[in-house]
Amino acid sequence: MTIAERQAEIIDEFEMFDDWMDKYEHIIELGKDLPLIDSAFKDEEHKIRGCQSQVWLHAAPEGEKLRFTADSDAIITKGLISLMVRVLDDQPATEIAKTELGFIEKIGLHEHLSPTRSNGLRSMVKQMKLYGIAQAAQQNAQANG
Amino acid sequence: MQKTAAKSFPIERIRADFPILQTEMNGKPLVFLDSAASSQKPQQVLDTIEQYYEHDNANVHRGVYALSQRATDAFEAARKTMAAYINAPDEHEVIWVRGCTEGINLVASTYGQRFKTGDEIIVSHMEHHSNIVPWQMLCERTGAVLKVIPVLDNGELDMTAYKELLSERTVFVSVVHVSNALGTVNPVVEICNMAHEVGASVLIDGAQATPHGKVDVQAIGCDFYTFSGHKMCGPTGQGILWGKRALLESMPPYHGGGEMIDKVSFEGTTYNVIPFKFEAGTPNMAGAIGLAAAADYMTSLDLDSIEQYEADLLAYATAEMSKIEGLRVIGTASEKHSVLSFLVGDMHPYDLGTLLDKQGVAVRTGHHCCQPLMERFGIPGTVRASFAFYNTTEDVDRLVSATTRAVKMLS
Repeated sequence: MTIAERQAEIIDEFEMFDDWMDKYEHIIELGKDLPLIDSAFKDEEHKIRGCQSQVWLHAAPEGEKLRFTADSDAIITKGLISLMVRVLDDQPATEIAKTELGFIEKIGLHEHLSPTRSNGLRSMVKQMKLYGIAQAAQQNAQANG
Repeated sequence: MQKTAAKSFPIERIRADFPILQTEMNGKPLVFLDSAASSQKPQQVLDTIEQYYEHDNANVHRGVYALSQRATDAFEAARKTMAAYINAPDEHEVIWVRGCTEGINLVASTYGQRFKTGDEIIVSHMEHHSNIVPWQMLCERTGAVLKVIPVLDNGELDMTAYKELLSERTVFVSVVHVSNALGTVNPVVEICNMAHEVGASVLIDGAQATPHGKVDVQAIGCDFYTFSGHKMCGPTGQGILWGKRALLESMPPYHGGGEMIDKVSFEGTTYNVIPFKFEAGTPNMAGAIGLAAAADYMTSLDLDSIEQYEADLLAYATAEMSKIEGLRVIGTASEKHSVLSFLVGDMHPYDLGTLLDKQGVAVRTGHHCCQPLMERFGIPGTVRASFAFYNTTEDVDRLVSATTRAVKMLS
């Protein structure tokens, strides 16, 4: 599935929730299910500091693709992270580099990406794209070299 | 909640004075429990500010025309009101600052110039970052050393340790009157007396004290007292620094500019008298007049009644919230003002705060600009419900039911 298809799938999935409680219960469940990051990567180097909650993100190249694992100390942040990982994990770096994550707004959770929330999520999305850009640049250099 | 206090306090009339309290958040009637961060404003304050811009606006001081005179009169009358609010003996000791943060920075930057290597400045472990960082910056410049009064497990200051920290090396003590994160009311009279015994001056950060009851700087016996207007129903961007005349006169100016001078020449400039020496540039006139309106509003409600009403409300909130399984109150000092900081089990404050927001309950989560204090308690932060005199037992009930629901969802 492409990044766009995965986003569409999540939007579909969230359409069945008609009140905030169902929606958040689902996010909390997703947070609980998120496969944990290898504890070796839960360190300062992989920490994305938020004022309210902390996020840890690890990226590893696999061929032309990037694999992401992540964690957070807050369960709602973790649930939202799991959606980000679901969309961008195992995708080509070149695609990650140029993607726009519109699904968060479409499922009515864009408030969590607001800078005032300072939960680490906004920086995480930025960081995932940066990994994509760096990896794509490296692949480009290798192809040309 | 004690029926007597609730009955005599005109809560319905008060709530009607605050337009924002009639609004909704996330489709539910707003329960505003974040007044420790910034309070809401009554119509009387909003009207005063509008009235000022519509009828009295002109730059203050030195104007030869009637409008400027009117603005100046209102501005200086506001200073007098604020002096009375904290029982300052002389209104010229009242300096307009942007807020508590600027008040502390002003003292650190000017009074602090006399400190030298090895001098000791004492703050406490429960200080807001704004009463830590300016002193750290001063220590870097002067070689003075920062000492920290520890906090006990119940959120009170360790006064025995404070006594031991005091010595002939102590030149300054800067302590919060009421903790923004825990609600602890500190024994400021004792703190001042003990500091004065070793010849140190004292600043009291009153940001969380002036919104909740009577403050008397003469009874406290401090040398400086500073607070923000926006936490006590006034507009943002306006606060007060009060200091004893002799000390203020001994201090160099803070910012240079217009108003703060006596005579300017390229050979040398002489400075204005207090308070103007510390008020460079065009002041926040609407802010000052608005803040005085807020002080008048609160005084008209009777500050002792406000204090009693809020004490009853906090007691009710503490009792009701404590019924939630796994909930622990952070900060259980014997004397507290209007702050209920809590955690439930190992649930993250961000998660609880988010789910309260969805139910129309506005609380603050996180470290409350008190990272050293959170570290002291070994927690990432707390959920903080803070109360003002416009909150009700119904607000508390909504907090309890919203928290109960959030806890259920997160369990």
